[in-house]
Amino acid sequence: MSKKSSYIVLVQYVVIVAFALGTLFPVMWVALSSFKPQSELFRIPMTLFPAHWTVENYRNALGQGDFLVYFSNTVFVAVVATGITVLINIMSGYALAKYIFPGRNVIFFIMIATLMIPLQVIMIAIFLQLKRFGMLNSLWGIIIPPSATPTGIFLARQYMVNLPDSMIESARLDGAKEITIFARIIIPLSKPIIATIAIFSFMWRWNDYLWPLIVITDNRKQTVQQALANFVGQLQINWSNLLAMTTISIIPVIFVFLAFQRFFMVGITAGSVKG
Amino acid sequence: MKPKRQKGNFHQTITPLLFLLPNMVIFVLFIIVPAFQGLRMSFMRWGIFTDPKFVGIANFKELLGDSVFWVTFRNTLVYSVSVVLLLVVVSLILALLLKRNSLMGEKIFRAVFYIPSLLSMIAVGIAWRFVLGDEMGVLNHVVRSFGGDGINWLTDGRLAMTSVILVSGWALSGYYMVIFISGLQAIPTDLYEAARIDGSTPWKTFWLVTLPLLKSTVLVVVVLSTIASFKAYELIFAMTKGGPGYATKFIVQQVYQVAFMEDRMGYASAMSIVLMVVIGVFTAMQFVFSGKDQGYE
Repeated sequence: MSKKSSYIVLVQYVVIVAFALGTLFPVMWVALSSFKPQSELFRIPMTLFPAHWTVENYRNALGQGDFLVYFSNTVFVAVVATGITVLINIMSGYALAKYIFPGRNVIFFIMIATLMIPLQVIMIAIFLQLKRFGMLNSLWGIIIPPSATPTGIFLARQYMVNLPDSMIESARLDGAKEITIFARIIIPLSKPIIATIAIFSFMWRWNDYLWPLIVITDNRKQTVQQALANFVGQLQINWSNLLAMTTISIIPVIFVFLAFQRFFMVGITAGSVKG
Repeated sequence: MKPKRQKGNFHQTITPLLFLLPNMVIFVLFIIVPAFQGLRMSFMRWGIFTDPKFVGIANFKELLGDSVFWVTFRNTLVYSVSVVLLLVVVSLILALLLKRNSLMGEKIFRAVFYIPSLLSMIAVGIAWRFVLGDEMGVLNHVVRSFGGDGINWLTDGRLAMTSVILVSGWALSGYYMVIFISGLQAIPTDLYEAARIDGSTPWKTFWLVTLPLLKSTVLVVVVLSTIASFKAYELIFAMTKGGPGYATKFIVQQVYQVAFMEDRMGYASAMSIVLMVVIGVFTAMQFVFSGKDQGYE
């Protein structure tokens, strides 16, 4: 019995370790290769670790072109968009969770139903809409339209429904304004869900490619993902530089993941905050 | 101003609407209006430099005879169905191996499998294009060092589609694994205990206890991954640009090209409508099938 079950555990380990190595290898290969000098990158026989470590590729990637501009554009978009997303989504979530008013269910239904209309399907009409509002080629054109997310509203509402009504009632009896109740009572109590929405929003914005692609044509307004896509789209790819840029682009999301791992489970099981 | 007596009512109605206002404005301007606009454009000839003109169902008629569109249509279906099947199987296996209390170090493994979901699809495409390169990719280097010939992972038509499907599986299974793990953890442990006492084998237990109780989670994974795979664009762009030829070109890429490169926005809108209908039909089918199964229990 115990011999048999330890045999099964061994097989499970072999399977899981094989999967893990297959999962990690491409990422490690890219990251380690980015520290190889150009002459070593495709030299046969290939080695996992660089024979001579160098940061030359990073110096080239950051020095040449506008990579720092793309990077700061992306930081701006991801941070500001996350702030706006969190604020307007928890405002909506609170309204739908704690107020009773005519049309509440209809509004909630319409908001959730927008999930069924992917950006990819309406991107042409969105482009024309952005053009009409003069939001093309502006970072605000990337930030504002996708900042209202049905899943963010859904998460906020689910969480806030369970907050005690009694606190809100007694604050009202004490004469507190509605906005004060929201700012002083609701927001502090909602920190976990705010963190979850913020993390997923940041990750999505950092990695997003399609919105910037639709909105931005001016080279200096591009984001990191656009720069990477342009680089890999060329006939002759400068792999040394591209690998360094790709590695840089990955670092912020890995950092956010390691710092806030416990929030990920909540966010994913509720369906992630992608619009 | 209003008398004090009505203050409660007034605030109960107006405040929530004010809280909802920013979201509602954005939804209306950037989802609802464009959705109707897209539908309207599909019946028009529409370009940036030409005057819009109503053409009835001419766009849809043209679509019927557009062989490139139907190639991208078929590619999208092949890709979606394969990716969804692959994801359900792989992420369920990972979840079964890593659900609570089954293996040592499971938290680390879970984190490892989740890493690809953190990366942008562009980064995933770059990484795999680097690994799978014909002449200089490390995978072909390994193949050759074992005496084989280099394989055209991305430049052979049939193989390119397979590569793109497998890489999508690599990129997304960690995400769906997490959903499956939470589904598995919701199954009461005394059911497993009862099955064990009744002398059920792990294999039997999986089919008779785990899978039936996991049905709603499977549905969630299937629906989410179906919608995600129909929207796929970035990964393919970074890996193959839709090539070789049209071998990995999907509807979204064709829509983008026709709308923004060829400036035929009305015609591209008609394609989008077809895509929307396909997504809707597939999603509805999945709900109907899972509903039917429930009836037999």
